[in-house]
Amino acid sequence: MLSNDIPIFQQLAAQIKDDIVAGTYADETAVPSTNEYAVFYRINPATAGKAVNLLVEQGILYKKRGVGMFVSPGAAELLLAQRRDRFTTEFLTPMLREAQTLGIGPSDLAAMIDREAVSDERH
Amino acid sequence: MTNAIEIRAVTRRFGRVKALDEVSFTVPVGSICGLLGRNGAGKTTVMSIISGQDRPTSGRVEVLGATPFEHAATLSKISYVRDNQRYPDDYRLHHVLRIAPEFAPNWSTDVASELVDGFQIPAKTPIKKFSRGQLSAVAIVLGLASRAPVTLFDEPYLGLDVSARALFYSVLLRDLATVPRTVLLSTHLIEESESLFDRVVIVDRGRVVVEEERDDARELALSLSGVADVVDRVAAGRAVLQSTRVGGLKSVIVRGPGDSDILNAAALHGVQVAPASLQDLVMAYGTHDEPATTTKEGVRA
Repeated sequence: MLSNDIPIFQQLAAQIKDDIVAGTYADETAVPSTNEYAVFYRINPATAGKAVNLLVEQGILYKKRGVGMFVSPGAAELLLAQRRDRFTTEFLTPMLREAQTLGIGPSDLAAMIDREAVSDERH
Repeated sequence: MTNAIEIRAVTRRFGRVKALDEVSFTVPVGSICGLLGRNGAGKTTVMSIISGQDRPTSGRVEVLGATPFEHAATLSKISYVRDNQRYPDDYRLHHVLRIAPEFAPNWSTDVASELVDGFQIPAKTPIKKFSRGQLSAVAIVLGLASRAPVTLFDEPYLGLDVSARALFYSVLLRDLATVPRTVLLSTHLIEESESLFDRVVIVDRGRVVVEEERDDARELALSLSGVADVVDRVAAGRAVLQSTRVGGLKSVIVRGPGDSDILNAAALHGVQVAPASLQDLVMAYGTHDEPATTTKEGVRA
């Protein structure tokens, strides 16, 4: 589930963010407790706590004293906006670089994208 | 944070052999700390001393603020099952489960029965006829059900299959959430266990070579691999902890974090670079040109 290439708390934070974007945890609903994450992913509770604290610092989660951690209002929207900002650097730039290596020009690439989009819709 | 275990300059000699040489480290209350190192590095000797079953030749050990040796109040707060624990010849599981609570004021019958069921420990077979895995299972039952404030596990998974190990991890983490305690765990299954730890201590030939927060241990060393002479060029200026060469390819573990200089050099020369894993570190520190002076325990399952 979790690998050792990236610090575990960062992987867990990313996983929780993905779950929020996917709608698993809606705004103002509770996320699992640190101990539940620890048992589920078989990780140290302090590591799970670090992931949750990171998301609190980023305004994604907030703490209700004595109750638990909740998804901040608008968290999913915020995360989607951040992902849109990173789309170019994380996906487009590497794709263009690989296309250049393979000798696929920008117009060929655009045509490939159109074809893929059509066949993806059919599936 | 206060420390559950404090070891200061502990040396333990067995005749002419120094099993521990000026060992110092601490384990904070509530930590799950990995004690790692090769066979014969001194892990079991350290655990025996922490649990008051042995005394240092020199130096000081404190567990929850007191010296454990012959100190009943402290000993009742420590759980330690040796990996070669022996039981009286006619003992069956129920004998052990009846006596254990006498030594463990926090004993949980629920945890014990959950683990006995989960590990499928035979009730009627005498313990002296148990397999290695069944003995390990008994040791885990005692260690977890004791709910001792300081719990030591020495190679808890010898002979245990993957499902039994998964059960151990789950019950450990779940029960620690219910009754917090400090855990020191030695193991050779480093990759599988490292996510349990918040802290690691690596010993080699009786000395502590690494004592770090688990996440900070990533900064200690880098693994570089690629074409041999290029790898050497990128590694130049760094202390090489270990190096492996196969044909024209080479991989090295070098000391120090991945700063921009070495990352750029690696990218420029097409050398693969990654933070050294805990397993890399244990191997790197355990590699010696000269044979170790301490006695080897030999290879075990």
